[in-house]
Amino acid sequence: MRWISALLALAFLFPTGASSVDEKRITVYSTAANYSLPVTVSTGHDYIGLLEILEPLGSVSARIDGSRWKLRYENVEGEFTPGKTQARVRGKEVDLYGSFLLENGHGLVPLVSLSTLLPRFLGGPVTFHETSRRLFIGSVATQFTAELSKTAPAKLVLTFSSPVNPTISTEPGKLHMLFSREPLVPPGTQNLTFGDKTIPGAIFQERNGAAEIVVTGTQPLMASFSNNGRTITIAAAGTAPAQPAVPQTGVATTSPAAQPPSTPPSAAPAPGVTPPPALPAAAMPAPVHRMLAVVDASHGGDERGAALTDQLPEKDVTLAVARKLRQELESRGISVVMLRDSDAMLQLDQRAALANAASPGVYISIHASSQGNGVRLYTSALPARAESYTPFVPWDTGQAASLLESQAVVSSVAADLRQKQVAVRSLEAPLRPLNNITAPALAVELAPPAKDLLDLASPAYEQLVAGAVASGVARMRDKLDAKR
Amino acid sequence: MIPRHLIFGVVFMLAVVLGISVYMLRMRSRVVALPLAAVDTRPVAPPTVGATEEVTLYVADDAAGMLRPQSVRIPLPSGRQQRAEELLRALVNLYLEKSTSHPLPPGSEVRNVYLLEPGTAVIDTNGALADNHRSGILVEELTVTSLIQSLASNLGGINRVKILVEGKQRDTLAGHADLSDFYDVSAVVHMAEQMQSGQ
Repeated sequence: MRWISALLALAFLFPTGASSVDEKRITVYSTAANYSLPVTVSTGHDYIGLLEILEPLGSVSARIDGSRWKLRYENVEGEFTPGKTQARVRGKEVDLYGSFLLENGHGLVPLVSLSTLLPRFLGGPVTFHETSRRLFIGSVATQFTAELSKTAPAKLVLTFSSPVNPTISTEPGKLHMLFSREPLVPPGTQNLTFGDKTIPGAIFQERNGAAEIVVTGTQPLMASFSNNGRTITIAAAGTAPAQPAVPQTGVATTSPAAQPPSTPPSAAPAPGVTPPPALPAAAMPAPVHRMLAVVDASHGGDERGAALTDQLPEKDVTLAVARKLRQELESRGISVVMLRDSDAMLQLDQRAALANAASPGVYISIHASSQGNGVRLYTSALPARAESYTPFVPWDTGQAASLLESQAVVSSVAADLRQKQVAVRSLEAPLRPLNNITAPALAVELAPPAKDLLDLASPAYEQLVAGAVASGVARMRDKLDAKR
Repeated sequence: MIPRHLIFGVVFMLAVVLGISVYMLRMRSRVVALPLAAVDTRPVAPPTVGATEEVTLYVADDAAGMLRPQSVRIPLPSGRQQRAEELLRALVNLYLEKSTSHPLPPGSEVRNVYLLEPGTAVIDTNGALADNHRSGILVEELTVTSLIQSLASNLGGINRVKILVEGKQRDTLAGHADLSDFYDVSAVVHMAEQMQSGQ
């Protein structure tokens, strides 16, 4: 009767997901990765873990030396003292505009100090939108233009400089597009007016680490994607195809465009709005199904996993690899749900419940180990079972019906890893939560490429493995879609 | 006026209390300072007697990530349950040797093996084995597979095996290998075959 408890667990999980919506977050946009981290509030000020901010960007380590907290990013040393408002980076004093905090070994800096502190470590420009907590590292901004076609029916065409995939929601008279992952910046003005009866205007706004475009309409509006996710066309309902649904699970979800190339209809620019490049007229594209992958960075929080070295817990490596895998999957047109995108702890049953609720095409669990070399790929050790068409699936053997597809994905991923000269082994394992996943599922365990354990945390090696895994999964897309 | 003998009596008793307190504090710090390694891990039961028999143990090798069948001669009692326990203790003892290919934490032991009909075995390990076991999918899988395969291949009729720690169920061995459910021996045999081939 474990499935009954699983259902109860699910019922408890959703309020948790809802409450996390109000959590203060900062989003970082960079060429290496786009990621979101929780903000800690202490004595009325916003703080962020400096190690956590720098971790996805390169090789970083921290240690406590007496009363000081020392951080090393690539070749740059930083020295922080709890309670002090100044730090020393590259041998020079930097103002933190607030006290440095050391909590459970985590070095926390005031959020306002990021614009001065990060350029010292990164050696490049950083733009920080303080009120909305959006941090742009380098030239990563995604620009957009808005153009209204007044020929009946009226359509608003938003053209973006790179693919986007916002979460779309509607309320009477408004259509919201929330860009939680895209480094979207406003097109000069934040208020766009079109002087049209159906679509009178739009507003660009930023809040809690995300950007949002709110389009006002006198009729119910619908949005459709085209041009590989670079164009969103908004029209009154019934005149444009709907945006395919993106699963809402209460966890970080991003979804790149996976549509075939298409072009929006040409239109005359509205007054005061920069016109996009001229594009030939074409029919609106049909809605396209996007495959969803759930990426699960194992361990997290107090549950550190294996101690790979004295300074390197498994949970840190799995998160770094998971973030790289997300990027690689998205670049191949696969939407990604990350079960954790910060140092958070999730129970095994929680992971399985969240993954199953997302109804993914594939579930990928990331692990790391100091034993052996290369990569080991695991499928569940359950005996395969035919697809069940009953409304309930036994919790303990949820994976059994998807086992053949899981093994096919492993074969595909193994082939890509071998092609990249990575030693690979495919095994079955009695591993949770793999047994409880009701979709094709595999676990990827990274071991060092050679004898040096530190290579396990090498961004190049992690990227190589993430690329091969994503490539192997993408090759199986048709088969996985057919299963769904 | 307080009588003098009463004052002497109270002072004497206070001195005794103070002395005992100092003595107890010193004894307490000595107990705290006792190293964990000093825990007596010697078997409480007398050594098994009887004729030695050749059995095949499936011994994990971390370096190769493999299970290797190894024939050993060990004294085995006649009772089926005692045989199961001695078999697994012999296996764990191999992992406690200095030259082992798959080290288990010091003090690791199999407390009991319960054989239940029909075809069910329950292996009860001690806390030292699980609490301090190295974490990782492969290293944990090697331990689990080695125990179950060694047991099932030497004692016929076992179809499923459950592993407990100190008599209680736990989720995983050290964060990875599932201990929450029964292991199907046929699935473990397949896992062991994969691990022997080093595929």
